[in-house]
Amino acid sequence: MSNELSSVDFLADDPTQRAPLVSPDLEFKDVTETVCGVAEKPRPPKAWYVAFGISLALTGMLFSMIAYLVITGVGVWGNNSPAFWGFPIVNFVFWVGIGHAGTLISAILFLFRQKWRTSINRFAEAMTIFAVVCAGLFPGIHVGRIWFAYWLFPIPNQMEMWPNFRSPLLWDVFAVGTYATVSLLFWYFGMIPDLASLRDRAKGKIAKLLYGIFSLGWSGSARHWHRYERAYLILAALATPLVLSVHSVVSFDFAVAQLPGWHSTILPPYFVAGAIFSGFAMVVTLMLPARLLFGLEKIVTMRHIENMNKVILATGMMVGYAYAMEFFIAWYSGSPSERFVFINRAFGNYAWAYWIMVSCNVFIPQLFWFKKLRRNPWVIMFVVLFVNVGMWFERFVIAVTSLTRDFTPASWGYFSPTWIDIGMLVGSFGLFFTLFLLFLRFLPIVAISEVKGVMPQAHGHQDGGHGEVKEAAEAGASTNS
Amino acid sequence: MQASANADPKGESAPVAGILAEFDGPGALKKAAVQIRDAGFTRWDCYSPFPVHGIDPAMGVRPTILPWIILGMGLTGLTIATALQWWTNGVDYPFLISGKPLFGLPANIPIMFELTILLSAFGAFFGALILNDLPKFYRPIFSSKRFKKVTDNGFFIGIEASDPHYDSKKIQSLFRQMGPLSVEEFHDTDPQGALPKAFFRVGIILFLLGLIPLALALKSRHSTSSSPRWHFWRDMDFQPVAKAQRASAFFPDGRVIRPQVEGTFAREQADDNPHLNQGRVNGKFATTFPMKLSMEMLERGKDRFDTYCAPCHGKDGRGQGLVAKRASTLGEGTWVPPSNLVDPRIEKMPVGEIYQAIRYGVRNMPKYGPQIKVEDRWAIVAYIRALQRSQNGTIKDVPEADRGKLK
Repeated sequence: MSNELSSVDFLADDPTQRAPLVSPDLEFKDVTETVCGVAEKPRPPKAWYVAFGISLALTGMLFSMIAYLVITGVGVWGNNSPAFWGFPIVNFVFWVGIGHAGTLISAILFLFRQKWRTSINRFAEAMTIFAVVCAGLFPGIHVGRIWFAYWLFPIPNQMEMWPNFRSPLLWDVFAVGTYATVSLLFWYFGMIPDLASLRDRAKGKIAKLLYGIFSLGWSGSARHWHRYERAYLILAALATPLVLSVHSVVSFDFAVAQLPGWHSTILPPYFVAGAIFSGFAMVVTLMLPARLLFGLEKIVTMRHIENMNKVILATGMMVGYAYAMEFFIAWYSGSPSERFVFINRAFGNYAWAYWIMVSCNVFIPQLFWFKKLRRNPWVIMFVVLFVNVGMWFERFVIAVTSLTRDFTPASWGYFSPTWIDIGMLVGSFGLFFTLFLLFLRFLPIVAISEVKGVMPQAHGHQDGGHGEVKEAAEAGASTNS
Repeated sequence: MQASANADPKGESAPVAGILAEFDGPGALKKAAVQIRDAGFTRWDCYSPFPVHGIDPAMGVRPTILPWIILGMGLTGLTIATALQWWTNGVDYPFLISGKPLFGLPANIPIMFELTILLSAFGAFFGALILNDLPKFYRPIFSSKRFKKVTDNGFFIGIEASDPHYDSKKIQSLFRQMGPLSVEEFHDTDPQGALPKAFFRVGIILFLLGLIPLALALKSRHSTSSSPRWHFWRDMDFQPVAKAQRASAFFPDGRVIRPQVEGTFAREQADDNPHLNQGRVNGKFATTFPMKLSMEMLERGKDRFDTYCAPCHGKDGRGQGLVAKRASTLGEGTWVPPSNLVDPRIEKMPVGEIYQAIRYGVRNMPKYGPQIKVEDRWAIVAYIRALQRSQNGTIKDVPEADRGKLK
């Protein structure tokens, strides 16, 4: 595949014509073949087995640790006075942030008619779902007695009590719950026609049955497509404000509190920019090896990767701006506590974390200003891995530095994680990759029908409006527009 | 499923369900669609691997009502969220937080927003599926082998046999004029549908099993039982709480009640006025009051006595309070009757000893030190003395000048 690839220069930048969204020598059949071929191979590549084995082991470790936590209590974590929000909340915010890229690519880029999204949206949506699964895990086990986690929901009960709807923590339950549900519906809804492709090609009995059930009997009817497209458009329009709201609500967990360093109106936009930043970095982290491993270079071209790198550069600058603006606001507020907290962040006992964050999120992505660098797979991988690390540290810095340096010096402290904290963070990556590798193996990893819709052949026999069609009396005649 | 339909041995002998024509690409499909539409067919459809741009006007498909369904669902979500928050936090279980209004708009907006989006998304997803008649695992058109290409690169038009204008020969020749890749009849090979029967059987069994817990819950709501409520999580029933006079498994010395920590002293141990605070003078019970007696003090003492002491000792101090009467009626075995405060035994007690009984308790009487202030305790002591004098007094206690008034 890579040999054929080198002969096609679909990366050329000719401003006089629109660059093709996928490699121009592809037919409809090739798209189906390439994407379905991934799921139909009797055996996945060896690298898949290695990665799956490691991820599964880490997932096992995560759930053993959760069992230990449930039996013993939350004391197994490093959370203690004054830092009651330690790794679990940091991990939660980190994973929710990652989960933003998927819906952003699917919904916002869809509304803006950014058709290049079609090659990567399925992939990114899947990543969203799995990131939200990892995110949902942490607040769930953070409540301590997890068998009472249902108290989070307004369920009529014998105590005749209701949750407090004016608390940001409850807003969080609704925001993340809605986001997970809508993302799942959006992902599955887009996948129905592609599951039908897999169904129609399936050879094995179980594959036929399962793809058959999940494709719901899709027939490709034009009347169905009509409602389907309308529903998809509206789902995108609904998901767009939703994706912006989720991390805003997550930021309220901090911003509505009165702690210096948290109580700030900049937090919602700053969190959303950071979420998109980290999400795109994670998409590229996954996409870069996956497209090579499964031979998708013609559908997910270097141009796609480059576009995402540009988004990473732009959102990285926004995040850098927010870091600078926080200092300005702290100074401008005239509040000694605010000023102290920010100086302490940069030069206090957590300065190491702060400078890891700034280096990874602001300095390193600057490499993407150079075209050569943002097309070099090794450089890209280097940058996005550091962005992933940097964004985790951002949440760590926000949560921990403020909690350990609040208004009362008597309650100052230093947070140290336990090995369970670190094991659960690593284990959550195991869970994420396990789910993702299963997705790569069994589901259509590129939106087949959408890619076909943006190929030149889909419009090649375009006849303009429907009046013209009416006049085209000769059957089978084709006019090129 | 269509695969099983294809394997059906009946195959061609099954009843004809319609005619299927394949076209070469989206352009040809649209042109053909216009002709079929103009020929007046109603039960027909185009099939393609992706939504073909401009096919709706070519087919004469009217815009779907789906957006209105979604709008309706969105407004429902908004209403539910508003009503839920208003009723739960404002009416049913009023949540007072820093004196803020029970229902104010800003704090309730996030959940209104989320539920509006959530229900709209349900409307879009389920609305589109229901309007499209999905899931429906079997359609007669699936029995065509060629039709499998529809999810790959096939563009088809199918006219159903149920169409009022249906005439197999006429339709076939109409299609042939349009230059299709193929024209064929498709058959209804599996009118029963495609999902294996076992699915329905298992589904029904699971559904019925799922009703059992609900039925049990419903039954227990409408019946009474003398056994205690069933606790799923018993962790608050068994608490490692230390009880007085029990052995402790936690402390190495086995004592539940902890001795005073070395180098510390209790507040009362730093006492600079033992007469007032403890009722002792030189380690012995005080026989005098630490303050001057007054009518005000006696009235205060009566008020405190009636509040704290009278329930057991009775208003006259003879130990016949309501609690004492009730306890002796019930014949409680562990009940120690309250003392008769006007008994000569107590009359002879130094005031310091009565003060100490109030402060630290005596026998079954609990200590009232934490509830009654120091001055009030002395006021009660003074009032007890007054009760004793008024009930045990003799004519000698009355000043000679006033004795005449008694007669």
